[in-house]
Formats: sequence, structure tokens, C-alpha cells
Amino acid sequence: MVEILKTSSVGIVKPKAAKFEGPLNLECGFTLDSFELVYETYGRLNKNRSNAVLVCHALSGNHHAAGFHNKDDDRAGWWDEYIGPGKPIDTEKFYVVSLNNLGGCHGSTGPISENPTTLKPWGNNFPSIRVKDWVETQARLADKLEIDSWAAVIGGSLGGMQVMQWAIDHPSRIRNAVVIASALKLSAQNIAFNEIARQAIRADPKFADGNYLSMKSIPEQGLALARMIGHVTYLSDDAMALKFGRELRSGSFDANFSDGIEFQVESYLKYQGKRFSGQFDANSYILMTRALDFFDLARNYNDNAVEAFSVAECKFLVVSFTTDWRFSPFRSQEIVEALIAAKKNVTYMEIKADEGHDAFLLPIPRYFQTISAYMKGIETS
Amino acid sequence: MRQDLTQILSWIKSGSRVLDLGCGDGEFLDELRKEAAIQGVGIEINQEDILLAIKRGISVIQQDVDEGLSNFPDLSFDTVVMAHAIQVVHFPDKVLMEMLRIGKEGIVTFPNFGHWRCRIYLAFRGGMPVSRFLPFDWYNTPNIHFCTVKDFEKLCAARHITIKSRSMIGGSKLSSFFSAIWPNLFAITAIYRLSA
Repeated sequence: MVEILKTSSVGIVKPKAAKFEGPLNLECGFTLDSFELVYETYGRLNKNRSNAVLVCHALSGNHHAAGFHNKDDDRAGWWDEYIGPGKPIDTEKFYVVSLNNLGGCHGSTGPISENPTTLKPWGNNFPSIRVKDWVETQARLADKLEIDSWAAVIGGSLGGMQVMQWAIDHPSRIRNAVVIASALKLSAQNIAFNEIARQAIRADPKFADGNYLSMKSIPEQGLALARMIGHVTYLSDDAMALKFGRELRSGSFDANFSDGIEFQVESYLKYQGKRFSGQFDANSYILMTRALDFFDLARNYNDNAVEAFSVAECKFLVVSFTTDWRFSPFRSQEIVEALIAAKKNVTYMEIKADEGHDAFLLPIPRYFQTISAYMKGIETS
Repeated sequence: MRQDLTQILSWIKSGSRVLDLGCGDGEFLDELRKEAAIQGVGIEINQEDILLAIKRGISVIQQDVDEGLSNFPDLSFDTVVMAHAIQVVHFPDKVLMEMLRIGKEGIVTFPNFGHWRCRIYLAFRGGMPVSRFLPFDWYNTPNIHFCTVKDFEKLCAARHITIKSRSMIGGSKLSSFFSAIWPNLFAITAIYRLSA
């Protein structure tokens, strides 16, 4: 852990915005005439423009991956442990780009943006977005930043899907693919959890068939419930036992006191749900979970992942976590197996961690060392 | 360079694909990459070693050879190497067959338990040999399947494995000379080049 403590922060960062004119033909058949992406950068682009790293966010992430937005900000970016001077994604070496994906709700064009045709928020009319669309928009951002090829594209979970898509859609523009706790496609069980989350949102009367913005209501209950369901699946049984056990937050089992009993885990989930519902848009959440469900790397390659990967030119690092049951090590091994069969350079590490799927966000020493060792080996000159 | 590496290097074509079972910290693959521009993949179970290999820029898959190699397609490598690891695996015969399924050729090295020192140790001291090269006691050794040159060749014959070449390394020039003549008694390390 000493390695972790020695490191420091990228400090205060300011999000930037890039506007893209010219049609974007989406996978669903819809065409967006223009769109905007919000992003942050950390570190400095070198002279050869060869040290750029793209960080792709997962389901509920955004562009704010590292540092703070102002000096009173008490919450660092979502991957601050990993991005910064001396950290695994070392900003002394790399120029890191992190964006809010199209369809998100933190500044990039999405359901809460204004539809130029109706001059009202898009709401549930925002077109369906696929992982492939995100990669296309990220490539346009790379064009704008004059980055011909990424030293690495990195992402966990849904972010890892974007990384794999990069490797096959733009083989010459990515030199290293870091795919963490991800999958070639979701399993039925995984889609099922997403559907339950979506139903939780839709069942909230305030959702109003997705038109809540024009009715000035927010389906907070539904969104909170969706998040709670998700959250449980991101943790492992052991992690929850360790963190909460059967501790009570209030009440007791004594006679006459049993009315107000609340377990710590209940209180925690309510808090997480409430916090999330205040900062995420319901239509965006539905859109993102749909992108997860629809992703299937091999769909356009005769359902053959080996064929899909055959065009890739980059090196791969694949990482999984032992107690992750939402994106289990088995899913990562499928990625590795396909890469081996496609004769690609691949390194695989299975990290022992109690934290379930959430582990990919956390500073677990062995995981930290793995990313660090791999990133150190990347040539940027 | 170590004598066994020099020998193995002479059997590996430049630019070929090499799979190293139990690659450790990737030193051998690193050497092969520098000397023969091979495309190497290692398999290793120890994460400390994997980290060192990653730092060298070697591709390593965390995998337990004892749990099988079915994720590697038939003939997907030119050469599959297992250096000083056959005595550690649970089913040496199965691993050998897997090596020759995955690779066009297999290269195996192992410590020869038929070496005269081992024989004398067991004969006169009456205990399992412990030496500079094999510094373990019987109860804590990872080496669970020791064999001699003779044993190994018997297995190859039984499984219809072709021995394309072999090379024996002794401790000195003199013993290397003798080990070429009488390997089962004088070879410290045996190196085999195999095909199905």
C-alpha cells in the first residue's frame, strides 16, 4: 500500500466541451446532425502526440475520472486512485482523456439535452445508443484532439466493452487495450438484472413514460430502486457480510422495540439509491443499460469472437476479480481464449478480491500493481 | 547464456510462436524474443512472477497447467516449451500430450533423477536426495514427479511421442562428455525436442 500512499492528485480540473457538426449515423439507424461531448484531460500531450490514454467509463460513470472540480470539492473523480502523478496511469508519462459518453447526463448530448427539432429535452425520444456508437464518437474526439493513436484505451465493465470495440473498429489507432472485469457479451442473468432495474424506473408513476422532464417531475424512487438492485449485484456476499454483517442501524430485537428495526445494509442501500437518484437521469440510465444488453462483440463477425479479434493489432491486458459474479472471471477467460485463438498478444490476471464487481474501481494492491506494471511497459516515445 | 537456453534456442526458428508452460518471471521468453524475435506467450500461476513478466513486456496468462490447457487450440503454436516444470505437474503424461496437440513441436527439460549423485545419495544415505539444485525435503518439495532419462524415454515410447533430438547437460565439460555417452548416469539436466 506504500506505493498508493506516496502518490498524489492531478489537483483541480476543469471539464471541457467539444462540439461536433456533421451527421453521426447511429447503429440504430437514426442520424444525429450534431452532438457535444464533455471531457477532462490530465497530464500533457507529448510532442509526438503518442502518450494519449483514453479512459472509458462504465454504466454510471462520467468524464470526471480524477482530481477535484474546486478546492471545496470533497469527492475526487471516480478513478482518482489510479490516475495521477506516480499512479498506475501516471500523468507524468501519459496524457489521459476521459469523456462523458453520448447519451450520458453529465454534459454530453443525451436525453436531458434539447432536441434541436422540438426545442424540448429529448427525454425518452433520444435515439438508442450502442457501444459501437460510443467508439465512433470517441474517435471523433481523438480527431479533434489530433491524436492519431492511443497509447492505451482502458475501461472496466461497460468501459471494457468499449475498449474491445476500439481494438476491432480502429485497429491502427490503439496500441494497448486494457479490459477490466468485462465480457464479450452479457449473459441472460445479467440482462435480467438490467431489466429489473429498468422496470423499477418505469413502475415509478413520476417516470410518466419517460416524459418526466416536461412534467417537471423526477422518478427518484424508481431510479433509487434501480440503483439498489444494481448495487447488490456489484458486491459479493462476502463483501456485504464484511461491510455490514447483520448489524442494526436502529431498533432492537427486544420486545416492544422491534418496530423500528433497520439493518445497516438497508440504510446503506437507501443512502446509495437516494444519492444516485439525485445525480443521474432515468432515461440515461435506461439507455446505458440497453447499450450493455445489446453489446455483442462478435455479432457482426458470424458470432465468432476469434474472427472479431482477428483484425486487432494491439496488445491486450485482461483483468478479472475472483468474487465478481456480475462479470465473472469466466467471462474474462472467454475474452482471453478468443484472443489466444486469434494469435494476439494477451496478458491475463485474475485478482483475488472480496469486493465483487466493484473491485475494478478500488485500490486493491495486486490489481494496482498489475495496472502499474503494464502501463510502465508501454512505449510512448 | 545458460547452456540449456543455448540448446533450446538452436531448436527454435526465428519469428516463430512459442508457448512457455510455467514461464516464471518471463526470463526465458525475454531471451528468445531478443535472440530470435519470437512471439511468446507464457503460462504462470504465481502472480509475483507474472508481475515481473509484465514489466518485461512479456504476455502471460494466469493459468494453472494442472487444470488443463483446453483454451489453447490445436497447433496454435510452433513450439511449446516446458522447462524444469514436468516434475511439478500432477499428470506429466497428459501435459506432454497437450503440448504436442497445441504445438508442432515440444521442448521439455527436467532434472535427471538417475544422475549418479542421486543414486549414491539414496544408496548410502538412505534418504531422498537434497542438493544445491534440488534444495527441498520430500515433504515440502513442489517436485512430485521426478523421473530419470530412461523413465522419460519409456513414457515417450509408450505414448508414441517422437524424440527428434535430445541434449544432455552435465555439471562440467568432463561430465557433459560422459553424459553424452551415458546420459542416465551423468546428465544433470536432460533436454528433449519432441513431436507427435
